[in-house]
Amino acid sequence: MTAGAPARRPQHARFALPWRVRAERRLEVPRWLPLATTLGAVAVALIIGGLILAFAGGDPIAIYAHILRSSFGSLGVLSDTLVKATPLILTGLACALAFRMRLWNIGAEGQLLMGAWAASAVVLVPIVPPGTPAIITIPAMMVAAMLAGGAYGAIPGILKAVRGVNEIIVTLMLNYIAALWISYWVFGPWNEGGFPITPEFPPEAWLPNLSDLAEAIPATSGLTVHLGLLIGLVAAVLVHFLLFRSRLGYEIRLIGDSPRAARYAGVNVVRNTIVVFAISGALAGLAGMSEVSGVVHRLQLVISPGYGFTAVIVAYIAKLNPYGVVVASIAFGALILAGREIQPSGIPAMIQGIILFSLIASEVFLRYRFRIERRAA
Amino acid sequence: MDPTVILAAGVAFGTVYLFAAVGEIFAERAGVLNLGVEGMMLMGAVVAFGTAVATGNPWLGLVLGMLAGGLLSLLHAVITISFQAEQVVSGLALTFLGSGLARVLGEDLSKAGAIALIPTASIPVLSSVPILGPVFFTNQSVLTYLGFLLVPAAWYWINRTRPGLHLRAVGESPTAADTLGVDVYRLRYAYVIAGGVFAGLGGATITLAISPGWFSELTTNGAGWIAIAIVIFARWNPVWAAVGAYSFGAIRRMIIDLQGPETLFGFPNPFFEDHTLTFFLEMVPYVLVIVVLVAVSGEALRKRVGAPAALGLPYVRGERGA
Amino acid sequence: MTAVPDAPPAPPASMAVEMRGIVKRFPGVVANDGVDFDVRLGEVHALLGENGAGKSTLMNVLDGLYRPDAGEIRLFDNPVDFRSPRDAIAAGVGMVHQHFALVPTQTVTENILLGLAEPRFRLDAGRYDERIAELARRHGLAVDPRARIWQLSVGEQQRVEILKMLYRGARILILDEPTAVLAPQEAADLFRTLRTMVAEGTSIVFISHKLAEVTQIADRVTVMRRGKVTAAGVSMAGTTTADLARLMVGREATETIEKSPFDPGPVVLAVHDVEAQSDRELPALRGVSFDVRAGEILGVAGVAGNGQSELAQVLTGLRRCTAGSISVNGVEVANHTPREVIDQHIGHVPEDRTGVGTAPDLSIADNLIMKSYRDAPVAGRWSIDTGAVRRFATRLRESYAIAAPSIDTEARLLSGGNLQRLILAREIASQPRLMVAVQPTRGLDVGAIATVHRLLLDQRAAGSATVLISEDLDEVLTLSDRVAVVYEGRIVGIVDAADADIADIGLLMTGGRPSGTIEPADATRLVP
Repeated sequence: MTAGAPARRPQHARFALPWRVRAERRLEVPRWLPLATTLGAVAVALIIGGLILAFAGGDPIAIYAHILRSSFGSLGVLSDTLVKATPLILTGLACALAFRMRLWNIGAEGQLLMGAWAASAVVLVPIVPPGTPAIITIPAMMVAAMLAGGAYGAIPGILKAVRGVNEIIVTLMLNYIAALWISYWVFGPWNEGGFPITPEFPPEAWLPNLSDLAEAIPATSGLTVHLGLLIGLVAAVLVHFLLFRSRLGYEIRLIGDSPRAARYAGVNVVRNTIVVFAISGALAGLAGMSEVSGVVHRLQLVISPGYGFTAVIVAYIAKLNPYGVVVASIAFGALILAGREIQPSGIPAMIQGIILFSLIASEVFLRYRFRIERRAA
Repeated sequence: MDPTVILAAGVAFGTVYLFAAVGEIFAERAGVLNLGVEGMMLMGAVVAFGTAVATGNPWLGLVLGMLAGGLLSLLHAVITISFQAEQVVSGLALTFLGSGLARVLGEDLSKAGAIALIPTASIPVLSSVPILGPVFFTNQSVLTYLGFLLVPAAWYWINRTRPGLHLRAVGESPTAADTLGVDVYRLRYAYVIAGGVFAGLGGATITLAISPGWFSELTTNGAGWIAIAIVIFARWNPVWAAVGAYSFGAIRRMIIDLQGPETLFGFPNPFFEDHTLTFFLEMVPYVLVIVVLVAVSGEALRKRVGAPAALGLPYVRGERGA
Repeated sequence: MTAVPDAPPAPPASMAVEMRGIVKRFPGVVANDGVDFDVRLGEVHALLGENGAGKSTLMNVLDGLYRPDAGEIRLFDNPVDFRSPRDAIAAGVGMVHQHFALVPTQTVTENILLGLAEPRFRLDAGRYDERIAELARRHGLAVDPRARIWQLSVGEQQRVEILKMLYRGARILILDEPTAVLAPQEAADLFRTLRTMVAEGTSIVFISHKLAEVTQIADRVTVMRRGKVTAAGVSMAGTTTADLARLMVGREATETIEKSPFDPGPVVLAVHDVEAQSDRELPALRGVSFDVRAGEILGVAGVAGNGQSELAQVLTGLRRCTAGSISVNGVEVANHTPREVIDQHIGHVPEDRTGVGTAPDLSIADNLIMKSYRDAPVAGRWSIDTGAVRRFATRLRESYAIAAPSIDTEARLLSGGNLQRLILAREIASQPRLMVAVQPTRGLDVGAIATVHRLLLDQRAAGSATVLISEDLDEVLTLSDRVAVVYEGRIVGIVDAADADIADIGLLMTGGRPSGTIEPADATRLVP
């Protein structure tokens, strides 16, 4: 028997194959490996998804081709893809930031909804008098959304920091509560015409979009990309700055990598937990504002097809990197857009789940190196 | 607002939570956190319902629903035990996968008509017992009675048997168990899969017994997450899980009942006057979960009685230093 | 090599254990280098040596945890080859480790029954409680089978570990540093128990570094040093403790190192009657007092586990002290946060380089600014000035010769020596008035060790006060101006390094009382 570490995995096989897979812990990871495993994982996921689709009676190739066409096939659909990507960028950033500190914020969905609500309140209460120009209304809505989302995010943050309460369950419960909160307002005080929607916002509460330029540039007619995208991109830059150039960002990365080293270095983990959760919530809240102000121009029962959950996958695929989040958001925006036309409606969620599984499974290649060797006779 | 009706309905719906919670108790006692309960329940629900629709046989549906939950949890087991991936993320992925897949499979099922259900029954002598009889033993689904038996059985298994001893050791101190020859990996696999089977059973209970029909993700509407919270509230004890499960079930029913009548305890019913207020009523279970978690967290810190010590940590047979 | 007079050859007896030519290598070190070891039936055989001598490794080989690279083992005259501890237990060898493998929330009985095939299904604790109580009585181990582990004292938990082995039919029992976690009274109880067990026919191997106990309990002793046996199976009858101390600790040619003359300034660190608990809530520091002056290195010598870790932690804000005061330049720092301690310019080179001293996935540059990211020039008004960080990191990397492809390399890729250079670079750059260095050269190669020593001495020349906590007595004696010996949470002696007699210090470290001129610790005694 060779000296060294005993075999790490129990031999499950009752019959012995002539080969054996040996796993060794890796010491260092080649630079190209994380990207390769990510792409590999996505490819594997798409194949598996295709197999399931085929099994369920669909035509995977046709479906995938349809997805590509209906999200990138023309300028119009590209614009629609970017519209779907916008809230993903913001919620993706929210998740990436929190996950960097190992805070599992699964509540981006609820924080998005609260942000949407607060932005709507600015117009519908109204907090800002009607007729106020957009230059004031829009920022007011943004601020309201960030405050609401931030406060909603601070709740699990405080509970975790002070009492050690599991933030996953708290944020999930808050998601359900936020959805019911919206339902109340949409069916109740702000209801219009008996349908679960509010009155449409006045034009000064609309985020400008490209088709506003249609008079000057005819090519932009019908393009629905709105200012929210720019907000998202700016947010990505700011989050990048926060993470890599600010003191707080340094502390976040330190806590996420080694809580013991962080303590040794004098970092205040309790305070940072609350602050980071609040910032995360504020970003997600901004996504909500972007949706009600830039897309539907009102508050309605369903604003989000699960952006807050897709954001978890986006953040993970981007390896928690803000710019990676932008790229991944566009890809998943395409998936969501195309998914709306695909029957059955669960396919995008299923594919997302497979991709996430595939991703975390693929990480084993980053931790271990595998060799196939001939078993001694 | 008849207390007997509410409690009986509480027991009925609580059974759903109970199955999922007991399954999760097994998995977590072994040290593996499985957050994919919601996904597994949905899969169990859709497979069970679909099978019953296709074959007319609810029992077959039940079995296949349990199998579906087990298969899904096998995926989680492989990734977290053998691949040693982060248990939290894997569980979330399982939720996405399970719910998405369930929606795909259940695409046409919402239009399915009435199907044969798991039968209900009343237990002859016990249903005449005052107070308890009408609540627990009258007109309940067979699955509910199964739930009654499951609680003491699970408790006995965990606390009074040799396999249960090993289960507890694996979740508390896998190193100690490993040095004494207990196969930590194999046991964790077994109990994670068992957890999935029970979650599938919970989902099947909804569609085949308690609230028949397929309503996409509204079928469970967060039941899986509530079950996970019940596990924490129950301090990983099946008996307290039953208390929590039936209580939540009763609250669910009470919320529905509070909305109906014109007067409530002699006063005009605000929920009847203004139906939009019922949304706040529906928030109650979720708020309650948070309150319970906060209450339990302080105590746990104080009394140092808490989760299985190795919960959430992948077990790697380490090398001892020289 | 040994100074021990030859003991008369023992009369032939059947051996319980014979180990011949055992070799065991780990990456970078030969833990056992051709070791012979045997145990007679019914004896207590002590295995003596400092940390890192190889005694635990040798016994882990016997216990089946490790497989030897070479050598053979015989048990009761039969050759054996263990693949796992289970095989060893089946053959009658049981080991009680320093860190117990017990399930805290379960009862004694449940812990003992864990992993066994019996009972088949139903766990009737009552019946087994009886059996175990009987077993315990027979061997003189008093413990309540129905108690839960977390309710038991450490001494009682240890008895459970022993019972676990006896219940499985162990005839040979290995105890690894059993008194490390026991109070003196509990240790006395343990010794009584061992005698009873020997009378019942068990053979015992007693691993220890504490001479005082070895003389009390052992019939024969084997001494190991750096992987080799320096005295094999010597009967205690003909041996003095001083001889054993010398064999254990040894004295090698010290590196020639230039030390500037000792010119101490005012007192920087004043520690007075500090008490603290360990993680297990046992007393770890029982009234520690000492002073350190500017330009002085105070070495703290002692075998690991006598309170050194806790001492470093109370000095740097990472542990509460339950009594006493710690002041730096007159400012009280006891029970302050790590941040406040850092702001007082106290540097800390921690014991755990990879888990505490550095963040493995962050870059070298990021690790270098761990103490200075809040202050200029690294920090601007709102942000961290990345240009300044790079300049800072580059400068440190060059000055301290940290070998790495670039300052963006992740810290976990660095060798131990380079990691330590990084940590020292960082701590020294923060211009500490007091430096607490714990096991700074553990696991390093010769070149790195020399670098670390040089850096510490430079700090001393620059007027810094240093507390050097190390298990390596040679290092302590080379670098320190004064040496404090810590044993069981107390300072049992403070001497000038120049006057130190190594044998006496070795005795102090192991709980003995030296016959020589060292006086017990006196808080007011300072070197003029």
